[in-house]
Amino acid sequence: MNEASQFEPAGAGHNRKRNAGAPLETSWFEPVGVNASAVERRAASLPARRSVKKEFQAAWLVRAITCIDLTTLAGDDTPGRVVRLCAKARHPLDEDLIEALGLADDPPQVGAVCVYPTMVATAVKALAGSSVPVASVAAGFPTGLTPLKQRLAEIDYAVGEGADEIDIVITRAHVLNRDWNALYDEVSAMREACGQAHLKAILAAGDLRTLRNLYAASMVAMQAGADFIKTSTGKEEVNATLPYSLVMLRALRDYRDFTGFEIGFKPAGGLRSAKDALTWLILMKEELGLNWMQNDLFRIGASAMLTDLERQLSHYVTGRYSANDRHAMA
Amino acid sequence: MNKITDILRSMDYGPAPESDEQVRAWLAGKSGGFGHFIGGAFVAASALFDVTNPARGERIARVAQGSESDVAAAVAAARKALPAWSRLSGDARARHLYALARHVQKRERFLAVLESLDNGKPIRESRDIDVPLVARHFYHHAGWASLIADEFPGRRPVGVCGQIIPWNFPLLMLAWKIAPALAAGNTVVLKPAEYTPLTALAFAEICVEAGLPAGVVNIVTGDGTTGAALVAHDGVDKIAFTGSTEVGRAIRQATAGTGKKLSLELGGKSPFVVFEDADLDSAVEGVVDAIWFNQGQVCCAGSRLLAAESIAEKLNAKLRARMINLRVGDPLDKSTDVGAIVAPVQLERIKRLVEAGERDGAHVWRAPGPLPTQGCFYPPTLITEVGPASILAREEIFGPVLTAMTFRTPEEAIALANNTRYGLAASVWTENVNRALEVAARIKAGVVWINSTNLFDAAAGFGGYRESGFGREGGREGLAEYLTSGPPAAKLAATKPTKANATAVSAAPGLAPAPGGDAIDRTAKLYIGGKQTRPDAGASYAALDPKGRSVGLAGLGNRKDIRNAVEAATKAANWGAATAHNRAQVLYYLAENLESRAREFADRIRAQTGVAAREARDEVEIAVRRAFYYAGFADKYDGAIHATKTRFVTLAMNEPWGVMGIIAPVAAPLAGFVSMVLPAIAMGNCVIAIPSAAHPLSATDFYTLLDASDVPAGVVNIVTGETAALAKTLAEHEGVDAVWCFGGGELGALVERASAGNLKATWTRAAPTEWADEQGRDYLRRATQVKNIWTPYGE
Repeated sequence: MNEASQFEPAGAGHNRKRNAGAPLETSWFEPVGVNASAVERRAASLPARRSVKKEFQAAWLVRAITCIDLTTLAGDDTPGRVVRLCAKARHPLDEDLIEALGLADDPPQVGAVCVYPTMVATAVKALAGSSVPVASVAAGFPTGLTPLKQRLAEIDYAVGEGADEIDIVITRAHVLNRDWNALYDEVSAMREACGQAHLKAILAAGDLRTLRNLYAASMVAMQAGADFIKTSTGKEEVNATLPYSLVMLRALRDYRDFTGFEIGFKPAGGLRSAKDALTWLILMKEELGLNWMQNDLFRIGASAMLTDLERQLSHYVTGRYSANDRHAMA
Repeated sequence: MNKITDILRSMDYGPAPESDEQVRAWLAGKSGGFGHFIGGAFVAASALFDVTNPARGERIARVAQGSESDVAAAVAAARKALPAWSRLSGDARARHLYALARHVQKRERFLAVLESLDNGKPIRESRDIDVPLVARHFYHHAGWASLIADEFPGRRPVGVCGQIIPWNFPLLMLAWKIAPALAAGNTVVLKPAEYTPLTALAFAEICVEAGLPAGVVNIVTGDGTTGAALVAHDGVDKIAFTGSTEVGRAIRQATAGTGKKLSLELGGKSPFVVFEDADLDSAVEGVVDAIWFNQGQVCCAGSRLLAAESIAEKLNAKLRARMINLRVGDPLDKSTDVGAIVAPVQLERIKRLVEAGERDGAHVWRAPGPLPTQGCFYPPTLITEVGPASILAREEIFGPVLTAMTFRTPEEAIALANNTRYGLAASVWTENVNRALEVAARIKAGVVWINSTNLFDAAAGFGGYRESGFGREGGREGLAEYLTSGPPAAKLAATKPTKANATAVSAAPGLAPAPGGDAIDRTAKLYIGGKQTRPDAGASYAALDPKGRSVGLAGLGNRKDIRNAVEAATKAANWGAATAHNRAQVLYYLAENLESRAREFADRIRAQTGVAAREARDEVEIAVRRAFYYAGFADKYDGAIHATKTRFVTLAMNEPWGVMGIIAPVAAPLAGFVSMVLPAIAMGNCVIAIPSAAHPLSATDFYTLLDASDVPAGVVNIVTGETAALAKTLAEHEGVDAVWCFGGGELGALVERASAGNLKATWTRAAPTEWADEQGRDYLRRATQVKNIWTPYGE
């Protein structure tokens, strides 16, 4: 537990012994059965097995805010848009809510701001003086089909602009063709390019199609040194789902058992509501425990979710249902 | 520090209680106690006993202890309602069942809370599993009510059904009993379990609310003596029971010879088999749903974990880690995984069994999570270092206790899985489809879940093999239990024992031969394991013609001959695995050979029974036709794929019983014998047949046909002799899976009583007088048992 502050963003994985990776070892994943229908059943029943109400729910929602990677990854992003997002990242909750929740001494901030590489400098500047890290997508986001040399150069660039975290994408073809060496080498090279910045490997689960592929890709990415594994770019047909998440969590639990390293997890794409936030926090608690409910091991890639979290917290405080317009937009 | 920052440190779930306010108010309104629900109204409450909430040990209601006269009144009400209800059109009954389904849904939360309060099961389960399945069952059977006339032509309701249900799924078991009974046009008297009568009483109010005609559903509360009174009542046509094997056995004995139709859904010690290639994390979740569902108080609970030795340690480690997260506590808390054990006496039983196992050297690991300080709670428990001989691996514990064993090969896994008296359910985990289906086929259980567990649906059949009972609930096979084609309210007891049943057989010589006995002496022997064998006792008896003259000697078989025959039949089990085409070929060959000796067989019938030549010829012709008929059917009695859940193939496979005993009728020595033996072997059973004691020689002639027709050794075994003595030994034999007896009367009663030992399925009836039409699907249905295999797909 981060004793200094509940909410100080620590950077992805920064409180942990950093993943040193492992040699490519296919025996860690090739014999592992992933039964899709059984995974789906577990995923379907899990949210119904736990309930968080009243002040507990409020606290969990505050925790969710601190785990959000507040994201803008659109073709029409401008510096102005990014500055506005960063302002919201610094102050994700209205002052009166913070007061009412008794959090004035240590107000929550989001986990990070996540932007394209050309927006990193703007974000770094806008967040100066806060401890909110800047994450950049890179390496040919979203499809990863740019030549490797350019993808590594893009990472270099983003790191050079001051990004603390790099959300890379993998080459899906390596997984679909079961070319584990190529995947391992690619992610290893990216990890090296990241240097001190932490690497979050986007596996694009929706493109990998089978849960077995997803498990294998998770394991190879971790062996290659990923600090986080992330479900999706948000641009695939299917993005973060509970079954994908469950399989990735099982992989990182197995990786921990093999190596002792604790790897972070980031679902992204499709998580919009406070209810989603609670569901994924329940998933983290049930599958991995308290450590994985903090922002150095858990992030939620989202843009719209924050407003719903605010509305629900407002309801907790006032007893009235709130409207979107009453909360500052990102 | 305020609350929010405190919680941010612990990230506890906090309490999330489901409100029980409405239910408590309802119960408060019944503080005078609940009377029985008879004839559409609650009768005045008397002889009250307490109903407690096991989570808190508090009294929540008082209900009436049903007496014999209460049961009689309820049966009378059901009888009175029967004619009108059974004459209603299927559509009209469908509307009533549909209304019940809708009303259950409208009261879903109320019923879920009441169930959890009364039984102690977590609200998540009563809310998400029990009550939705209840509604589903009524909807499904509303459909059947409309379809019965078309789908079950010529069948009619059984009559008044006495139904006795357990405390583990009180409302769901009520639905499983009442929905098919009503759909088929029966009326019912239901006795809920003593510990958990409240949702049944709430359901009675729903019946009133939904406008169900008075007397169609009657509910009598009480303990085992009330159930016994219901079982014993003369006016009941069928007993359906779900509960312990011990009580099931007593019911089998009590109903023997009464002509009451019986279905029993009993205990289990179901295997949960995990192969080395399985998805282990998912298998762990499967175990959670198998043994920590409903506190393990589930008849089909996967209570025996069988894991491949190579992954067992890893699996157990994952299991322990998972068990730490199981939350034991207040059933009404929405975050509770494991609620309260239903009653202190059950809790004591669990403790006693686990402690006994522990003393025997088993390693007991109890999940370390906190337990409530009051109420009936037991922690999720994993037991390792335990062998098949341990009491923990054999006894149904009926609690949250899992015993774990290992195996080396698939063969050994199957052997361990089948090393039990029970056969209710099994769960098989592997990513290899060939292996999954083979193991599913070879485990002796009525329900097999592949890569899943404890899935239920109204469209699938549920019920056991072996001592887990007989009969199915759900689906087409379940509905068949509530339909009959026999004469209305026929009671075997009413039929007089025929003279021939009591045929005296004597080993003493000295009888005059019938005329025409100057051919070379032919000696009829027993036929066991494909060999003509002398009776163990070295004795024969004379078969007499109607004038009392000897027409030949038959072997006087005894207990040991039956024992040998069962052994031979057991060894011939490959017959069931032969292709149906192959069995058909053998039956055609048999028909061919019989026809070529038609004259000789007709003469033999005449000589024994004295019937006219024409009649004897007809009988042989019937026998030939029967062989053709079942040869034709051998590869056509298909199973089904039930429409259950999405992305599941739920296979309903018709499997042979295995070893069947057949007690042939006295008259029609050839047609009777053949009409019973052939459907049995066409489906892949191996049989031990006891021919007519009075006219045994047609059957003994028949074995020469078996020899000539490539019927493999042991598939048909024939033991002649005194019917009652042989039938008793056969019906008692624990290696026999089913017995048919067309003797009626006392012989039928004897067979039913004797069958209680291993709860083999029985079909007893008076012998038909006319054999021409004695063939068809009903014979095949009774020659098989249905195994439902749930196979998921999708990647």
